[in-house]
Amino acid sequence: MTMAKIKAHGFHQVVLPLSVLLILILINLIKGADYFSISIINGALYGNIPNILFGASELVILSIGMTLVTSSSGGQDISVGVAATITSSVFVRLVLNAGQITWMTILLAFLASCAIGILIGAFNGTLVAIFNVQPMVATLILYTAGRSIAFLIDGKLSPILANNFTNQIGSVIPGIPIQTPIILTFVFIVLFVIFLKTTNLKLYSETVGINPKAARLNGIDPVRIKLLTYMILGICTAAAGFIAVTKAGRHDSVNLLKYSEMDAILAVAIGGNALSGGKFSISGSIIGAYTIEVLNRTLLRLEVDPETIKAFKAAFIIILIVISSSVVREFLAKGTKWVRARIGGAEQIQAAGEADAAVISNSDISEKK
Amino acid sequence: MQNVLEMRDICKSFPGVRALHNVSFTLRKGEVHALVGENGAGKSTLVKIMTGVYEKDAGQIIIEGKTIHFRSPQDAQEFGVGTVYQEIMLCPNLTVAENMFIGRSRHAFVNWKQMREKTTRLLDSLGIPARPTQQLSSCPLAVQQMISIARAIDMNCKILILDEPTSSLDEEEVQKLFSLMRELKSKGVGIVFITHFLDQVYEISDRITVLRNGEFIGEYEASSLPQFELVSKMMGKALDDVSQMKKMKKYGPSTYESSEPIFEAAGLSSAAGVKPFDFAIRKGEVNGFIGLLGSGRSESVRAIYAADKVTGGETKMKGKKVKISEPIHAMKLGIGYLPEDRKGDGIIAELSVRDNIILALQVLKGFFKPFSKKQAEAFADEYIKRLNIKTASINTPIKSLSGGNQQKVILARWLLTHPEYLILDEPTRGIDVGTKVEIQKLVLKLAEEGVSVTFISSEIEEMLRTCSRLIVMRDRAIVGELSGEDLTESDVMRVIAGGGK
Repeated sequence: MTMAKIKAHGFHQVVLPLSVLLILILINLIKGADYFSISIINGALYGNIPNILFGASELVILSIGMTLVTSSSGGQDISVGVAATITSSVFVRLVLNAGQITWMTILLAFLASCAIGILIGAFNGTLVAIFNVQPMVATLILYTAGRSIAFLIDGKLSPILANNFTNQIGSVIPGIPIQTPIILTFVFIVLFVIFLKTTNLKLYSETVGINPKAARLNGIDPVRIKLLTYMILGICTAAAGFIAVTKAGRHDSVNLLKYSEMDAILAVAIGGNALSGGKFSISGSIIGAYTIEVLNRTLLRLEVDPETIKAFKAAFIIILIVISSSVVREFLAKGTKWVRARIGGAEQIQAAGEADAAVISNSDISEKK
Repeated sequence: MQNVLEMRDICKSFPGVRALHNVSFTLRKGEVHALVGENGAGKSTLVKIMTGVYEKDAGQIIIEGKTIHFRSPQDAQEFGVGTVYQEIMLCPNLTVAENMFIGRSRHAFVNWKQMREKTTRLLDSLGIPARPTQQLSSCPLAVQQMISIARAIDMNCKILILDEPTSSLDEEEVQKLFSLMRELKSKGVGIVFITHFLDQVYEISDRITVLRNGEFIGEYEASSLPQFELVSKMMGKALDDVSQMKKMKKYGPSTYESSEPIFEAAGLSSAAGVKPFDFAIRKGEVNGFIGLLGSGRSESVRAIYAADKVTGGETKMKGKKVKISEPIHAMKLGIGYLPEDRKGDGIIAELSVRDNIILALQVLKGFFKPFSKKQAEAFADEYIKRLNIKTASINTPIKSLSGGNQQKVILARWLLTHPEYLILDEPTRGIDVGTKVEIQKLVLKLAEEGVSVTFISSEIEEMLRTCSRLIVMRDRAIVGELSGEDLTESDVMRVIAGGGK
């Protein structure tokens, strides 16, 4: 196999979300050629592209963690949005309780919310890994209780973060032309990729997801790996909650990151990852997350009534999932063969057939050796 | 006595394999007829033809004098063939009565009262200790097994096929099942009994039919066939031939006899049900566990590697006491284990050949120290070349390789860790002859290099060729040990069959 082919092998998974992304952008361009235009307001970049990157921040981060738990446990965490609400309520509470707010208080409060995120992850992970509860059922517990818990921590409805620091995190820091959530998301992605490259997390969680019995026989503890992925997802929820609450400027325990868990799962699926676990592609999920954001904004741009936007979104997703299913893929492969046979004439096919035969006879010979 | 079922010259082929060739089988009214043979002998194919799961290619099936052609399992059921499989195929979360009647009613409505009464009557008549309203999962395994038998019988069955019904039962439960079988026998049901436990064959069967490699070997009265003769028929060697077989050249036992054992176990037992056993292996020795399927040979090596939960015993590595309670402990001590179930325990199907090769060494190296891509590829390339693994590339998922090449990848995985003690459980099963010989040679070469190897194979000749010492197992316990002069096929079979030595 040539290098190009090997690369194409890994690339294959992100072809679909990428092409969907392209189609969506094309639709937007048809709607108005100024789609890519970027303007500078108050020293920061604004426009469709920055808005998409800004809007998708939390979803991208959540989908990274979701990809991991999907890989290791073959199931999804439906409590991520709720968990992010809890972690961010802790963050808000700590910031508001601090007498004087500095960058240090913000950092410490964020780290504390990360610790809570890890704890939540450990709770879900324990149910999944040790008690073998199905991930969706295990996380349903927190999904049900979480927003009430966040409300209790808040102590009242929607505490407001009225300070310069969190405002700047949620929008722009003076002198930096890119909105802060975009930067934070990129930093998060980079840190995560570095973590993946310097550890065996990918190999271990894929192995556990594909064959936990064999994983154990090769010295990997499936329980620990599953727990670890849920705890990492906990950090992701804390980061997403942090960005969401600083963007909003207040902590609305009822509506913060509502339905984001479903979008995160969808991002994993659009990214070409099997929801039954095993092999995964983080870049696929990230592209998937941005695709969802672009889709949302495209529908808005096409002036679809906000009340009906969900139905359109669902229809689009159904088409997407059906196209990417193996049934359709096989059908298309057959179709292209048939078309080629009609257009390219018999010669080409014959030549290809002969080449195939040659390969087979070669391997036959080596087999016999 | 009257024949209830007669099968004559049954042939069945699958693409590329001849599963059955001119096999005959007769079942009389009111007898227990054991069907025995090693793995791949064709027992399950024959049973599936009896029950209508497969259609025969040639031959005749005669039930009560009429030639019959089954097209589906429902067909067979209507002719009174009932089957109980090894795994209980009932619904654990339904009640006993529901399980008895599920899928049998032609009506949209159910008469619950009548159903319960019928079930009670049937359970009582067979002496099965269960209540109709009880949830099936609350019954012990043996009772569940009996209920599936009761279900089969109630469907007006004249021929009852029991496929390995005792493999998950303890001794007491087996006795309960046997008394139920005797009861049915007296009622005139013909029972086909399939099992790997020869003691049970002799305890309950009237006649025995032996299959080997899809061929009919013979039909015998149980009372006139000694157990070691049965074993030799199953394994395909007449005892006379065997004793005349030339002695194989062995790797000199003298080289290791003086040395200390590299691994020792005392009183080792596991949750998989192997009885406490002692075991030792020296540096550069190749020994093997031998016995029929279900004898506990795999469970023994799994206990050594802690693949099953270890329930007792002591282990020593190079004379030093060590605790092995998880596979990772064994790996860190330099023990490698190639599992019997390649698909279930060995390969990581979707991962690449490269990842499958480096997996064990990578785990040993540690979570925070991944191999560089270049290093991993170098390892994979080296072992693909060394073991002659045929794969399109190192990035090909292992599942798309042939069975033999998958096995070589798993072997490569362990060789890469440079183990001091390597356990190979059925490394050559389902592999073509050429690869088999390659693996055998490799084992002997490893031993020369000082690696200790425990080897398990269902093929006795292969065991004799590679091992210098054989530990013989029967009924999950060690029953003998053979080495040197005693290492002949006939001796091995005598000990397996329980002739004593």
